[in-house]
Amino acid sequence: MIEYVWLIPLFPAMGFLFNGLIGRWCNLDKKTVSWVACSALGLSFLFSILVFFSLLRLPPDARAAVPDKVLFDWIVSGDLKTVIGYKVDPLSIVMALVVSGVSFFIHIYSVGYMHDDTGFTRYFAYLNLFVFMMLTLVLANNFLFMFVGWEGVGLCSYLLIGFWFERDAPANAGKKAFVVNRVGDFGFMLGMFLIFTHLGTLEFNQVFAKAHILDPLTVTMITLLLFVGATGKSAQIPLYVWLPDAMEGPTPVSSLIHAATMVTSGVYMIARCHVLYSMAPISMVVVAIFGAATAIYAASMGLLQFDIKRVLAYSTISQLGYMFLAVGVGAFSAGIFHLMTHAFFKGLLFLGAGSVMHALSGELDMRKMGGLWRKTPITFLTFLMATLAIAGIPGFSGFFSKDEILWQSFSSPHGHLLLWLVGAAAAGMTAFYMFRLTFVTFLGKCRASEKVKKHIHESPPIMTVPLIILAVLSVIGGYVGIPHVLGGRNYFHEFLAPVLGGLPEGVGHASFSLVKLAHAGGGGMDGSGANLELVLMVVSVIIALIGISIAFYLYILKPDVPKKLAKRFKALYTLVFNKYYVDEIYEASFIDSAKKIGTFLWREFDDGVVDRTVNLVAGLMLWCGKILRKIQTGRVQGYALGIVLGAVVVIIFLIK
Amino acid sequence: MLFSVPPMYYLIVSALIFAIGAVGVLIRRNAIIIFMCIEMMLSAVNLSLITASHYLNSLDGVLMVFFVMTVAAAEAAVGLAIFVLLYRGRRTIKVDEINLLKW
Amino acid sequence: MIPGTLFYWIAFIFTALTAIFAAVMVITRRNPIHSAMFLILNFLCIAVLYLLLNSQFIAIIQVMVYAGAIMMLVIFVIMLLSVEEEKRTYKIRLSPAKVIGVLLVVILFAQLIYGVAQKVVPGEWGEFTPERIAQIGEIKAVGGLLFTRYLFPFEVASILLLVGIIGAVILSKKER
Repeated sequence: MIEYVWLIPLFPAMGFLFNGLIGRWCNLDKKTVSWVACSALGLSFLFSILVFFSLLRLPPDARAAVPDKVLFDWIVSGDLKTVIGYKVDPLSIVMALVVSGVSFFIHIYSVGYMHDDTGFTRYFAYLNLFVFMMLTLVLANNFLFMFVGWEGVGLCSYLLIGFWFERDAPANAGKKAFVVNRVGDFGFMLGMFLIFTHLGTLEFNQVFAKAHILDPLTVTMITLLLFVGATGKSAQIPLYVWLPDAMEGPTPVSSLIHAATMVTSGVYMIARCHVLYSMAPISMVVVAIFGAATAIYAASMGLLQFDIKRVLAYSTISQLGYMFLAVGVGAFSAGIFHLMTHAFFKGLLFLGAGSVMHALSGELDMRKMGGLWRKTPITFLTFLMATLAIAGIPGFSGFFSKDEILWQSFSSPHGHLLLWLVGAAAAGMTAFYMFRLTFVTFLGKCRASEKVKKHIHESPPIMTVPLIILAVLSVIGGYVGIPHVLGGRNYFHEFLAPVLGGLPEGVGHASFSLVKLAHAGGGGMDGSGANLELVLMVVSVIIALIGISIAFYLYILKPDVPKKLAKRFKALYTLVFNKYYVDEIYEASFIDSAKKIGTFLWREFDDGVVDRTVNLVAGLMLWCGKILRKIQTGRVQGYALGIVLGAVVVIIFLIK
Repeated sequence: MLFSVPPMYYLIVSALIFAIGAVGVLIRRNAIIIFMCIEMMLSAVNLSLITASHYLNSLDGVLMVFFVMTVAAAEAAVGLAIFVLLYRGRRTIKVDEINLLKW
Repeated sequence: MIPGTLFYWIAFIFTALTAIFAAVMVITRRNPIHSAMFLILNFLCIAVLYLLLNSQFIAIIQVMVYAGAIMMLVIFVIMLLSVEEEKRTYKIRLSPAKVIGVLLVVILFAQLIYGVAQKVVPGEWGEFTPERIAQIGEIKAVGGLLFTRYLFPFEVASILLLVGIIGAVILSKKER
């Protein structure tokens, strides 16, 4: 079954071609289009499951050593030999499962959500193309082919953010996402070039097998450059600015691309290159610090937003920061674990937001919502599940994955107490703003206008069923990775262990005496280490509960307090509410100067030098033509004269 | 003592007829006469080919003349058809009044 | 062979002068029909010269194709395009182009004469001596070459003729 892995991306590609070419051309009705798109994804998901189970049948050690499925040579030029090939190992198949599964449900949801849109066919064509590119990204067996997927998802992201391109805001947001991603891709490409110049190959297996010959400086540069690529794609500091604006796209797109799948590709890429990262401790530290900083920074921005999609966008950035924190401290499988659970609950949150918008005729401002739980019970309940999951309430999937990251950020050899503190603070903030969102949106009085109020209704089953499925996954998704300390068995890590080498053992690092003390006896996962883990777990849960309580106090019990607080801390409030003015700073520093350089080159160089040269040459030709065309009199005898003259000249040469 | 006619004389005759034909092409305005002059020039060239062929004991020139005649015949058919067509459209076959092919 | 050679000379000079005279008449006659008639004379004289050069086959072809078929066609077209009026309007006008043209042709002629006078007829000597041709017959010899060494040009010529026919038909067809 494993050799049929290439079918997984093939189905969405065929769906894209069908909908994009035939569907648009022949104006197929929406039913056909949606059937084609969803069944392509369904088949893709089915094959992912089949491949997954055939992989599961193999012994654990053999799972990481499955030979790549090479379809054909792609570029063969000099030393460069690149193939179109797919890699099947636990890591890629987990990603394929998440991508195709979540995409499948979001496709179904989209059928209901986009039902009245005129660009229905175009939408599904793009969505299928996106899934194809995303699956290419996660299944590719070399950097270059991965880069195809990497750029392809960027393209689809651009197309789908700017889906309603008639309006300015989505068009500009799409452009912004594209340009910011280019900055990151630049780093990715440079990293790729460095790998090729030093190792002469881009194939994952060979690169990782040969990686030991790299000197530390090179490998640090490679990993840092790859991380630049990851910051662009996964919206980390400093390249996160495109993601909040990306919310201009249709909500299922935000859910699929800008929450569940595409933005996590940076995490996947780093996990894939964990061999390189493990060799570069400096890069690991950089990744962890950037991840932690992003986590808390984005969470703080999410605290005060009123646009529900923007709150979720900052939440996504923050959660991605967690994932980078995880991979930065060497807990690669914890990062992937959080990636998976995050895909479930964040996808669900966005779909729920979409359902709310659907109920409120497209309203996004949570100040105009409230009391929705009566009218839209399913949306409310599923949204609540996801909120509980993201807040890290025990029993929900987010608890297991987030707690593991926090524990690892503390205990792993690359970890540090500060990282844990930042992560825990961000977790508290997350709990706060997510519950603020839920409370303001679903509880309290309805603040919508009378006209909108009349229309409030639960979404059709085609939208609520994916919500329910994702809600179930958000709850149970975490049980594949129960930490040992709670008496469970971490199946998820065991499954990924052949590739990622399992979690770093919980040996305290030297700088922190408490852990040192705790491990003084035996080290490893003995009683005291486990106790410490339990303590930290309880602490993080308490922090989350505090966050929830504050939200409850501020938005349910005393709804007028937030305004007073805002007045009191006006400066801070304004700063955070305006997202620290980062957009404005970028605008003033980079974008303006880039525009100025561009304008200068356009006016002075293009218009002045290039165009003038071209015009000069053209004018010269025109002038010659004006003179020479006088010869063309149209009189035959003139031409005959020319022939005779020619004959005379030729004969001069012949008889000399 | 008289020898047989040397090839030079034939070639001079050929050149003379050729030149006369060329003058005709250049000074006459009637398309048909120009056409006839061209035929005359072709014929003059044929004469020199036959001369060379004869004095070199070869038949290649003869065959060349054969092909030139073929071309001349084809040219005559098409050329005269063009004249008929031109006359039908423009009521004239004076070449200086027919200057369609100009800038 | 003195008498033969003498006859040869007389025949050559007479025919050559007639041919040149006819050529001059062709380009100076006002009436195209007259020109055509002189052209026929010119062709016939050249045919005689071919005979003097021992090329009976080409002489016959010259009479048949040039003097016969092509000139037939030319006269036919002249008749068709009633040319009386052209006669009256025709006057020799000395335009600079014509003067230059004639001068150029004179230079060309001088070059040709110079070239002819300077050098003997160059080229390889062939195997077809007059005796040999007389032995196998000229038509047979030409035919043999035509279907062996010159087969490809022969085929091309046939295509050319076909194209000529089609072109003539298409061109002279009345537009609907």
